Amino acid sequence: MGLFDRFRKGLEKSRAAMADRLLSVFRGRKLDDSVFDEMEETLILSDVGVDTAAELVEAIRREARRRRIERAEDLPDVMVDVMVELLGPPAPMVENPDGPTVVLVVGVNGAGKTTTIGKLAHAYKSQGKRVILAAADTFRAAAIEQLMVWGERVGVDVVRQAQGSDPAAVVYDAIQAAKARRCDLVICDTAGRLQNKAHLMNELAKIRKVAERELPGAPHEVLLVIDGTTGQNGLVQARVFKEVVRVTGIVVTKLDGTAKGGIVFPIVREEGIPVKWIGLGEGMDDLQPFDPRMFAEAICRPETRV
Amino acid sequence: MFESLSNNLQAVFQRLRGRGRLTEADVDEAMREIRRALLAADVNVKVVRDFVDRVRARAVGQDVLKSLTPGQQVVKIVYEELTELMGGSQARIRMAPKPPTVVMLVGLQGAGKTTTAAKLALAFRQQNHRPLLVAADVYRPAAVDQLKVLGAQIDVPVFSLDGAGAVEIAEAGLGDAARRGADIVIVDTAGRLHIDDALMAELESMKKVLQPQEILLVVDAMTGQDAVHVAEAFHARLEVTGVILTKLDGDARGGAALTVRAVTGCPIKFVGVGEKIEPLEPFHPERMASRILGMGDVLSLIERAQERIDLEKAKEMEARMRSANFTLDDFQEMFRQVRNLGPLDQILKMLPGMNRVKGLENLDLNDRRFRRLEAIISSMTPEERRDPGILNASRRRRIANGSGTTVRDVNQLINQFEQVREMMKRLTGGGKRVGRRQAMNALRAMGGVPGLTGPGLPSFGGADAGPPRERVHRKKKKK
Repeated sequence: MGLFDRFRKGLEKSRAAMADRLLSVFRGRKLDDSVFDEMEETLILSDVGVDTAAELVEAIRREARRRRIERAEDLPDVMVDVMVELLGPPAPMVENPDGPTVVLVVGVNGAGKTTTIGKLAHAYKSQGKRVILAAADTFRAAAIEQLMVWGERVGVDVVRQAQGSDPAAVVYDAIQAAKARRCDLVICDTAGRLQNKAHLMNELAKIRKVAERELPGAPHEVLLVIDGTTGQNGLVQARVFKEVVRVTGIVVTKLDGTAKGGIVFPIVREEGIPVKWIGLGEGMDDLQPFDPRMFAEAICRPETRV
Repeated sequence: MFESLSNNLQAVFQRLRGRGRLTEADVDEAMREIRRALLAADVNVKVVRDFVDRVRARAVGQDVLKSLTPGQQVVKIVYEELTELMGGSQARIRMAPKPPTVVMLVGLQGAGKTTTAAKLALAFRQQNHRPLLVAADVYRPAAVDQLKVLGAQIDVPVFSLDGAGAVEIAEAGLGDAARRGADIVIVDTAGRLHIDDALMAELESMKKVLQPQEILLVVDAMTGQDAVHVAEAFHARLEVTGVILTKLDGDARGGAALTVRAVTGCPIKFVGVGEKIEPLEPFHPERMASRILGMGDVLSLIERAQERIDLEKAKEMEARMRSANFTLDDFQEMFRQVRNLGPLDQILKMLPGMNRVKGLENLDLNDRRFRRLEAIISSMTPEERRDPGILNASRRRRIANGSGTTVRDVNQLINQFEQVREMMKRLTGGGKRVGRRQAMNALRAMGGVPGLTGPGLPSFGGADAGPPRERVHRKKKKK
């Protein structure tokens, strides 16, 4: 199955729900305010948020006027273009050319960090990369075991210490091990934490500092994992995590349900953090690089193939 | 972004005030503000629509527009409607006439079912029940281990069956409960998507086998618009009996609570707060209403204070304050009591209006400053603590060295202490009334949070600044 098919399959349900509404909005109608109002509501229903939805609709309206579009059926094209412009170009992962690339994975509780790491490890291992995992979620019960199961499944080593030990020390160990074993990639799992817990955020800053010290340029990527069903709090998460650990990319998970992941729009718009991956299920292959155009196409134009 | 609804509404009506009579269009604008506030809190679009209609009907019926403070009137209506909509809940588990009572926890991945199962078990154990946890999440790696670890922590047995399917485990779990004489069986199930037909069917089979008294839907407080689909689907297939809202210790407004309640009609029975395994807390509709509207949660703050402040010690301290024997030891005890309330940044968030102060999210009001003050006091001899008057330059230097601070820090602490003591004297002396400024300075000294009590809540940037010099001088002049 090709990459796009997988993406389509995963987003099928979300697409169907959104598409139905959009089709009824667009079909056989003249372009008047009510069309745009409904479009706005549909965007809000996708967790795009009130402000960003209004801005998107305004941009779509401007662009439609510029292109002299008169029928509502022609709006999806405009929508896709406007969304793609907002989302920006695809953002590839940064890699360290001379030594291991260190990836720090952060997020709130239950966002899907550990699962994402398992899938990331699999993706890179399939490319022939040598991957090592750091079990730096030393807080949650059985989090280390969960990562080890993934390590076995994928066939990569997991650096770990006992539960309750210092997560920064685990990251330190993992970077040392990666250097010694000439690994290409170190992926560090961290405990889920709500962004309003200052002491936990300080801990995260410390983990980052240790990585910086042990390897110049590290961490090369700091990925914030956001549950695709998250509402407007996702924007707060992005803002705070960005401030504390300089997030370089977003991973949106659980998009195989009916959630649309619309929260990425305000995150990109207000925080300027690119989306790098999307998660579409619990299988090893269910993680895909984020393609803004595909994402927008899948949302706005369900029937035409790209 | 989190501007509270009452401010926005007040602004709308203020703008209109000058124009004399209010029109239908003016009401529309107010309703738009309400809609916006609820959408920003993640209440589902459809739920919002119905809700706004109800509020409008009431607002028009009650002639709020003739009132002097229409903004506040409307907020009151919104608040009451919200409370009512989410209310009628009972934080109780329906018990089986003949034990065991069976409780099934269901929900999406990552909602917090496993943690919630342990918290629920602990609550029952504390009420002298004999709960059994059944680990029926056979899909997520190490989920069974997680429940076992949590069970061991709270001393509740956990039943698991390697290699078995979820339905089989459920059945065997009931058998195990009978053998152990457990009177409550809490079944943790795997997280699943509501559109995953096979897995939803599995839950139906489990329900058939378990015949549970309660099927509780566990919902993450951060959930957005999709909460409506999740609640609908789970309710349609399983007839959910109640809802547990988790991760409420975060800063999400939690509009999903209203959505889920409106869709299922089921009461929200408990809320989950924090990752540590502590009993679940009851759900308070009126507090949730405040939270959704961004109006702060004073009630929770008061409750926390009542719970965590040691009454005995507080009384003792009060007595000592009255006798004017207030020493640095008591001063230190005061810090400890305040710290017991929890991280300061969280406490501040519960205060009305504080969620509008920019930058508060990241402000590290946490223990650092408190810890420094404690270190300074701990570096003093008992004699010095009783009588700071003997602190000469050399003693101060020693204390600074001992506590890893500077002489300036030590001086600052002594100043603050003197101010508090001064205020105590005035309070207890029955003489002059304590002026607002002294009270403010004393409060500042206590919390070390400048600007907190000041008018207009200015300058949150410098959490380390002491009381402003100028004010200290002025106070001295008065003396």
